[in-house]
Amino acid sequence: MARPLARILELTLNGRPRVDAVPDNLLLLDYLREVVGLTGTKTGCDGGECGACTVLVDDQPRLSCLTLAAGVRGQRVDTVESLGADGHLSAVQRGFHEKLGAQCGYCTPGFIMASAGLLRRNPRPSEDDIRSALGSNICRCTGYVKIIEAVKYAAELNAAGVAP
Amino acid sequence: MNEIVPTHTIGGYVPMVDGPEKVSGRAKYTADLINPGMLAGRIFRSPYSHAEIIDVDVSAALQLPGVKAIVTGADCDKTFGVLPIARSEHPMARDKVRYRGEPVAAVAAVDDATAKRAIALIKLTVRELPAYYTSQEAMAEGATTIHARKAGNIERDVLFELGNVEQGFQGADLVREGRYDCAEVCQNQMEMHAAVAEYDAVRERMTVHASTQVPYYVHLMLAQILDMDMSKIRVIKPHVGGGFGCRTEALNVELITALLARRAGGSVRMMINREETFITHRGRPQTDIRLKLGMRKDGKITAVECECYQRGGAHSGYGVVTILYAGSMLYAIYDLHNVKYIGKRVLTNTPPCGAFRGHGTVDVRFAFESLLDEMAGELGLDPMAVRRANYLTAPTFTDNDLMVNSYGLPECVDWVEQVSGWTARKGKLPKGKGLGFACSHYISGASRPVNWTGEPHATVKIKLDFDGSIVVLSGAAEIGQGSSTILVQTVAEVLGLDLSRIRIVTGDSEVVPKDNGSYSSRVTFMVGNAAIDAAQNLKRVLVAAAARKLDAKPEEIECLGELYRAGAQDKGLSFNEVVTEALKDTGTITVTGNYSTIPESHGGKKYRGAAIGGTMGYSYSAQVVEVSVDEDTGVVTVDKVWVAHDCGKALNRLTVEGQVQGSVWMGLGQAMSEETAYHEGLLITGNMLDYRVPTIQDSPPIEVGIVESNDPHGPFGAKEAGEGSLAAFLPALTNAIADATGVRLNDLPATPDRVFAAMEKRRRASPIRGNGRAV
Repeated sequence: MARPLARILELTLNGRPRVDAVPDNLLLLDYLREVVGLTGTKTGCDGGECGACTVLVDDQPRLSCLTLAAGVRGQRVDTVESLGADGHLSAVQRGFHEKLGAQCGYCTPGFIMASAGLLRRNPRPSEDDIRSALGSNICRCTGYVKIIEAVKYAAELNAAGVAP
Repeated sequence: MNEIVPTHTIGGYVPMVDGPEKVSGRAKYTADLINPGMLAGRIFRSPYSHAEIIDVDVSAALQLPGVKAIVTGADCDKTFGVLPIARSEHPMARDKVRYRGEPVAAVAAVDDATAKRAIALIKLTVRELPAYYTSQEAMAEGATTIHARKAGNIERDVLFELGNVEQGFQGADLVREGRYDCAEVCQNQMEMHAAVAEYDAVRERMTVHASTQVPYYVHLMLAQILDMDMSKIRVIKPHVGGGFGCRTEALNVELITALLARRAGGSVRMMINREETFITHRGRPQTDIRLKLGMRKDGKITAVECECYQRGGAHSGYGVVTILYAGSMLYAIYDLHNVKYIGKRVLTNTPPCGAFRGHGTVDVRFAFESLLDEMAGELGLDPMAVRRANYLTAPTFTDNDLMVNSYGLPECVDWVEQVSGWTARKGKLPKGKGLGFACSHYISGASRPVNWTGEPHATVKIKLDFDGSIVVLSGAAEIGQGSSTILVQTVAEVLGLDLSRIRIVTGDSEVVPKDNGSYSSRVTFMVGNAAIDAAQNLKRVLVAAAARKLDAKPEEIECLGELYRAGAQDKGLSFNEVVTEALKDTGTITVTGNYSTIPESHGGKKYRGAAIGGTMGYSYSAQVVEVSVDEDTGVVTVDKVWVAHDCGKALNRLTVEGQVQGSVWMGLGQAMSEETAYHEGLLITGNMLDYRVPTIQDSPPIEVGIVESNDPHGPFGAKEAGEGSLAAFLPALTNAIADATGVRLNDLPATPDRVFAAMEKRRRASPIRGNGRAV
């Protein structure tokens, strides 16, 4: 079988410039996990159903399982590993930790990135804004109640100066 | 020895000890264990529902460059299964296939693309057999047997009558019978099943990393399937992305991965996809229930007759236990005396069912609480009054010998009554809105474990060394429910220390003591008690050391956590000084704590299988659900849920709330939208769009009230918090729909089309409201 064509991917990944040769058909999700080794981004379904693989591309939430790696050339990609500063948790991470927005933790990176994207474009979201921004992420543990509390708390922390 | 000063994390809101890893992406789940050189595994699955295998031809696949190993059913004649009485499943089908999607062969290759191509080259030749997709078809006269040892395709028949049912019905003022049909549902935990197996051919040792709730059972089944000595096997449970019961038994995934790794002489990573995870299943069976209740005018239940058919799927799994729970757990929530139960667990050509959260109790509770509500209405009684007329008085034993020592159900009912505004609002809401109420309960761990060895039910070790750090070693499987946090809190509480001094190591059979695993809500109760015992043993060692150093008697030593002293005037010793003294005799200190259930909790012998249902403590739950029903579309919106849960004592209010909310919400999914549907045995809902998990947009606020009945045997008085609140949601919802619309949904899920059809049927039946209504 013919090898897939490859091309050079230049991007800014979690704030660092990076260059890789990637096959044309490589998903951004697999690039992050299998090529780079950033396994914080999770695979939760067979494509576009659950939101566990959400990352930010130029600050916009994106399902990395429906995005080709080659398609983010020249863009900024941020995964859950990019959050926080000096070893401390970001506002959204603290919200999910302290308010128990994470139980098993598997959907958590996706929820956190979707929430971080929300707070970057709307630092004062209403509950409806939160529900709408997280509408394509599935969690099987929490019933979402504490996820909403976590994002509200993150917005408060953010208002007090903690980066989302 | 004086009482310690508690650090008061018990009863507080304590974020999980492994939370920082989960929110930062550092937590490693099985599929995250990526090592250079590991092979990619894939499974070839049967496209037939029921067929004799004539040939599995893997020759072309073996020729494909990059393929390193192929295994088929022919490579393993051993069977597995969680119940010692029902180990009848092969990791890969041998003589015949019994459901569509059953593993037949597996490939390990240099990469996933090669493994996928190899799978496409495998040829399966079969002779098809008649296949059965419903309990009725499988039980029909002359049906082909799915397992030769099970005539009539009945996995287990249960029949008991305790008391006199006929007399009970004669003493009733109202007798009603209902039929209920609950669809099959699947756990659908966020992490798809995965396993990484590493075979060390030089030492003939196997290491398996598995996404499991029960590393010990996986260990046992690996030894059986691989025909290896248990000492040659190591099982590691990394972070696990939820379980809800589907991982409470060894799954074919980890067994096949191990077989591949041994054949390849190396390391294999198997990541099955979402559809395969659905097919691996072990969910809640489709259940048909006929329930008949007798009731006096005052609401007192006089007799119960319950007939229950579970479509169990193609293998035994936990099936025998599930059908027994469905009967035994009629008890232990209300004071019942004349009870007859007929249960049939049926083998069918669908994926095998298992122990879904609320194991065995949920569908029967739905039927029971629905019929209670209906009968309360007929007798003009408040639904809460009917429950109050049937309360147990603890301590007591039920007619089927279940031990009930603490019973917070009355307080649960009182709480939801008050906070929901029940009395003022019930029956007085605007058109299309309604309130529904129901109760449920669950065990805090099965008193006798599945695999009875005579060992203590739970064992915890604590290690203390020169650095003064305390390491808790436990086999309890943290799967997101917070077991590690509870154990750390427990040890800290007994020793009077800050949580920061305590670390916990779990999930590696090479290091931690064996544990039966995370199922039947056993960990807080059983392992929590073992952790208290271990911490008390450690404290005894420390107090003795302090007494020696301070030249005092142990009983004179006051332990203040970081300070040990002999009387208030003594300046005392720091914790580190005490540790230094304690280590002088023995070096590194390791203590053990154990917990064993008491024989009185083991259930009875009045019928075969009567031990199932026996536990040290039952949790209780009461719920009020408020709904709005759109009469034009049948769309039901849950506006609010109030739930009270008696967990004995909330060791961690944050995680109790999280568990209760998660349970209620999982009940909501089953009640409103979830269903695994098959066409001729082919799963047609094998993704998260067709299997309709509620999203954040569909999910209501859930207000939790914690009731603390302080169980005399529970750790600090605690009982379970993670399952008991699931079941009550289902009937509370349909009772609310009945309140809002007058129609009663006895078939779940209560999807808009079903609600609409029920309302339409009533409109047509009603001469006033049915006029001229377009359909």
